[in-house]
Amino acid sequence: MPAIQNRPIQNRYEFVYLFDVTNGNPNGDPDAGNLPRLDPETNKGLVTDVCLKRKIRNFAALSRDGEPRYGIYVQEGAILNEKHRAAYAAARPGDETVAASPKLSPKSDEEERAVRQFMCDNFFDVRSFGAVMGTKINCGQVRGPVQMSFAQSVEPILPLEISITRMAATSIAEKEKAKGDGEAAGGDERSDNRTMGRKHVVPYGLYRSHGYISASLAGKTGFDEDDLGLLWTALEQMFDHDRSAARGEMAGRKLFLFRHDSALGNAPAHRLFDLVDVKRRFQGEDYELDGPGTGNLPPARRFADYAVSVASDRVPAGVTLIEKF
Amino acid sequence: MSYGVKLHVWGERACFTRPEMKVERVSYDVMTPSAARGILEAIHWKPSIRWIVDAIHVLKPIRFQSIRRNEVGSRIPAAAVRKAMKAGAVHDLRMDAAENRQQRAATLLVDVAYVIEAHFELTDRAGEGDTPAKHISMFNRRATDGQCFHQPCFGTREFPAHFSLVEGAPPPSELTGDDRERDLGWMLLDIAHERDSRIGNQHCCTPNCTPLFFRAGLRNGVLAVPPPESVEVRS
Repeated sequence: MPAIQNRPIQNRYEFVYLFDVTNGNPNGDPDAGNLPRLDPETNKGLVTDVCLKRKIRNFAALSRDGEPRYGIYVQEGAILNEKHRAAYAAARPGDETVAASPKLSPKSDEEERAVRQFMCDNFFDVRSFGAVMGTKINCGQVRGPVQMSFAQSVEPILPLEISITRMAATSIAEKEKAKGDGEAAGGDERSDNRTMGRKHVVPYGLYRSHGYISASLAGKTGFDEDDLGLLWTALEQMFDHDRSAARGEMAGRKLFLFRHDSALGNAPAHRLFDLVDVKRRFQGEDYELDGPGTGNLPPARRFADYAVSVASDRVPAGVTLIEKF
Repeated sequence: MSYGVKLHVWGERACFTRPEMKVERVSYDVMTPSAARGILEAIHWKPSIRWIVDAIHVLKPIRFQSIRRNEVGSRIPAAAVRKAMKAGAVHDLRMDAAENRQQRAATLLVDVAYVIEAHFELTDRAGEGDTPAKHISMFNRRATDGQCFHQPCFGTREFPAHFSLVEGAPPPSELTGDDRERDLGWMLLDIAHERDSRIGNQHCCTPNCTPLFFRAGLRNGVLAVPPPESVEVRS
């Protein structure tokens, strides 16, 4: 059963989130053989919104595992069923008729609302990002308050292709083939069992993502201050729990929040985003990104090669700037 | 008598999905009137008013890009939720993203900017206090201050739309030569939603909802939108 709920958040928020990658692939492009995603016109790297949401979900699942209000509906990988709770469910029969019924649509306003409410109360991801609960006839839809855009690297990135070898073959057939090739090439014993592979990495990339949180939609899903806190923690720590051979070193670097005094907001989002400025830093001097002369600078390879500033003196009235980290 | 508004909207990407190509989404060349209405409603809407889009000015050259993403292919069955409610436990109510994986490409618009010209009409649900002047000033105030119910978007929510109110002449279009005069073919105008009495007369998609189409074309960079009731609109 859902825990006691807090009040949904009452303020609109926008956030600017900066994260970086070192010698890793932040988000592979399935269309391009898992190369890092690129904007083909500017060569700037991209990380999709769904990629970041996946990591937020994973972090929430990890940090609030088993807590009643913090289920994650869209799970990744293995399903770890809690068997004792399955038994508990089996002890409560009476739902068979419902499951077998061909008509799946909610029959009334109240039922539709109850179903939606149940999903919001139990699942953090439904409460934050929304979900489509579809049936043949009717759609109960939940639109979540948290909206994220594509993250884009602040400068063009250069994806590298790294060839790697494995000192083993997958199958006997592959081994035989390798042996044949090896003999043809001069009979190097060691090449017998080798398999070549490829890895795509970005040597360094600083990515910037923009997010929006609507208080009006939060009121409908019950997204509260605790959820907000979990979201910020996730953005701070999620890469620490997403280590893998492909990702390299990724880290959340900066998170700027703009809290509006009202639910509808007190300033246009784009004007707030403009307050956060990233510049190239080289030998203590800051250069405008894409400005003249930056092409002559050596490529950025660490976070210290960038200067992040926020014009806190130009924050409009009714908006509070919070530098989370 | 109706009041008109002009709203400048812009963003980095957009996807106004063509209904005939929505598995691997392909965007229309230009924002649809239905998407424009959604943007206006994100800023101000009440059941007592109805937004009608009159024209869409295309300010930037029409350019496309493709992006492929991992998506999930199924929706949450309402019956499963009901079952979990009855059981009082949610352990079986989850979707395994790896098993429902679908890779879908989307052909998006990049670097878009439009001016939406629209007006609203009062509906039969307007009450005593619903004067056009009240709604127009609410909309204008919110659009000027950057206030919104939720951040409007270009087709899908990962492509947020920035907005500002246009007072006076719209910004000049960057479209050149032939691009200013273009036949865009048949385009979705909007979907005539049937109000469902079972769920409190809300918008709700049923098989009875009718998509409306119109013959779209740019004239000097402006897409004129016929009124939804006119004979040019087919369903």
